[in-house]
Amino acid sequence: MKRFAKGLLTASVLAFGLMTAGCGGDSALGGGGNAVSGDTVKVGLLHSLSGTMAISETSVRDAEKLAIDEINASGGVLGKKIEIVEEDGASDPQIFAEKAKKLFQRDRVATVFGCWTSASRKAVKPVVESANGLLWYPVQYEGMEASKNIMYMGAAPNQQIVPAIDFLLKAGKKKMFLVGSDYVFPQTANRIVKAQLAASGGECVGEEYTPMGHTDYATIISKIRAAKPDVIVNTLNGDSNVAFFKQLKDAGISADTISVMSFSIAEEEVKGIGAQNIVGDLVSWNYYETTATPANEKFVAAYKKVYGEDRVTDDPIEAAYDAVYLWKAAVEKAGSFDVEAVRKAAADIAFDAPEGDVKIDGENQHLYKRVRIGKVNANGLIDEVSVTEPIKPDPFLATYEWAKGLASE
Amino acid sequence: MPFVLSLFRLTLLAKFVCYAIVALGIDLIWGYTGILSLGHAVFFGLGAYIVAMHLKLASLGTVLPAFMKTGGLDALPVFLEPLRSGPAALILAILVPVVLAFLLGFMTFRNRIKGVYFSILSQALAWAFVTIFIGMQAYTGGSNGITGFADYFGMSLTAPLDMVKLYYLAVAVLALAYIGSTWLISRDLGKILIAIRDGENRTNFTGYDASRYKTFIFCISAALAALAGAPYVPFAGIISPKELDIAFSVEMVIWVAVGGRGTLIGAVLGAFLVSILKTGVSETMPGAWLYFVGLLFVLVVLCLPKGIVGGVEGLRTHFRRCLSGAARAQADS
Repeated sequence: MKRFAKGLLTASVLAFGLMTAGCGGDSALGGGGNAVSGDTVKVGLLHSLSGTMAISETSVRDAEKLAIDEINASGGVLGKKIEIVEEDGASDPQIFAEKAKKLFQRDRVATVFGCWTSASRKAVKPVVESANGLLWYPVQYEGMEASKNIMYMGAAPNQQIVPAIDFLLKAGKKKMFLVGSDYVFPQTANRIVKAQLAASGGECVGEEYTPMGHTDYATIISKIRAAKPDVIVNTLNGDSNVAFFKQLKDAGISADTISVMSFSIAEEEVKGIGAQNIVGDLVSWNYYETTATPANEKFVAAYKKVYGEDRVTDDPIEAAYDAVYLWKAAVEKAGSFDVEAVRKAAADIAFDAPEGDVKIDGENQHLYKRVRIGKVNANGLIDEVSVTEPIKPDPFLATYEWAKGLASE
Repeated sequence: MPFVLSLFRLTLLAKFVCYAIVALGIDLIWGYTGILSLGHAVFFGLGAYIVAMHLKLASLGTVLPAFMKTGGLDALPVFLEPLRSGPAALILAILVPVVLAFLLGFMTFRNRIKGVYFSILSQALAWAFVTIFIGMQAYTGGSNGITGFADYFGMSLTAPLDMVKLYYLAVAVLALAYIGSTWLISRDLGKILIAIRDGENRTNFTGYDASRYKTFIFCISAALAALAGAPYVPFAGIISPKELDIAFSVEMVIWVAVGGRGTLIGAVLGAFLVSILKTGVSETMPGAWLYFVGLLFVLVVLCLPKGIVGGVEGLRTHFRRCLSGAARAQADS
């Protein structure tokens, strides 16, 4: 019983310590200072610097830093130098939420550039909304979202998925086989694809999901052989792609027999897969390193100069770079760093981006973007096959009759 | 007031309080009974998921959560219907993990599956659950998990005063869990558990059915993890499959290993120290924190194999022995 009494004592000491630590939390909303102080303005960068997403997200972070350095070198924003507060989201949504809280509540940053996966964005969303902050999100995603506290720099589904399927249908490829990683983006993307196919005379001849990090595609490849599709629509993510394309090639399926249309493979990923395994296959983005605009020439040169000749640029990297400049333009138009003012000023702000001119849609805070279908070449870069005029973002696919019932929220 | 924490720090500390409750459970089965579970995040995550689902449903009223609609559901699945009620959700949040633990414990311990085989099984459990939760997007929110709660059983998650109340609630749960655990091990049960750890066959031969005790303490430990999961949700603001994962399960074991297994206070201290260290270092060095934290773990395991509390106690006995040795030497001369 002596031991139990000792335990009681320890518990009460422990509880007392923790209770007093919590005391006054109500009066402690201050602290941390303000975004603007003296001649600097604080902005947050929140990406995964460790964990599975680090490989993709560090290059996006690098692009944001490049833009910030360029802006600082040319006088800053509203005469203030940008000061970076960086946090590591560690590829874990829960950590993303925690670090976003720190950036908004404690550091009181003016804005945050960050996230990659939908999971991390969904985790940060309630935080940025309750703090009434602003998050600039650089990656294409499955849509079905429009928060007034998030600026979406990547493609909405009608700026990537829908036009890509259109392209395939027009090319006479009507039988499609869907392969994806088992998580939210592929599942939602494929629901969109199936609805579109049903409405426009295409046919889905198979749909397969594998867990993230899966590397054995023998079964799926034999199913593909049996189904004889015209094209494979691929939403696999990460290193699964390496295994998938290698095994496809070993099975004698290449772009000449059944080509693959991928939604999550950009230049950075092609490097990992190996150009010889994926050459000739199709992708759909808004930007490629080869995109021929004067702004892109400057951007690619600057990126390679700072981070090395062997680095490549791709769609999310470019979108992240644009985000910083669009924020700067909105702040300057608003004449203030105040989130509400910046948000209002952001409507219709345009920027001569490496992908061509982009414009923020005031309604849903996504970007007007050109859609480019590309073909992977032997050097691991992507050549543009077709390009559209800037398309108005439609994250809920509200303008498509066949998409009724897909949308939510 | 001794010192004042900002709201951000308070919610962070509250998360660690929840971790400390889990650590108590890990210590009971690993430190005292010698069963290394590498899948405890499943029990924690299940409890948290059930509470999160209730919060989500409660905040939306009759509207279906967005992930269910995008997943293709038109109505709330029948098996989720009970979660509309708060008390039912709280009970299920503890009950479901405990039943799962009972099934796993009953089947493995009775069949004399132990040691590394049990650890592997528990890991497989975590893996299976992560795969299921990611795959069943329409029911669980998939890899996005469940986020965006407005309040927690009537308390607003944006009102600082309510968050302080919630924090006190979590501390109270920790204190009760601590007292409960101390009570458990101060009884005969505690001695039997240690006996099982130090010699399971011998315990069996003395007439105690080790598998029953093991199953029991495994259920208690799962209940503690689930109990921690419930208050964790409002502080983290999200629950995702990462909280069911093997990596998180291993982190739980690390808390106890660093703090000192076989001492309840060590488990609690370990959970706090490791979490505070992890957060602190990652805030100051976002690019390199993993290396530092990794290095510190290696150092602690190498230099203090019994954890911090074990190390301190070792020092104390050593010091005492020196003192008494000196006294004896003095008396001799």
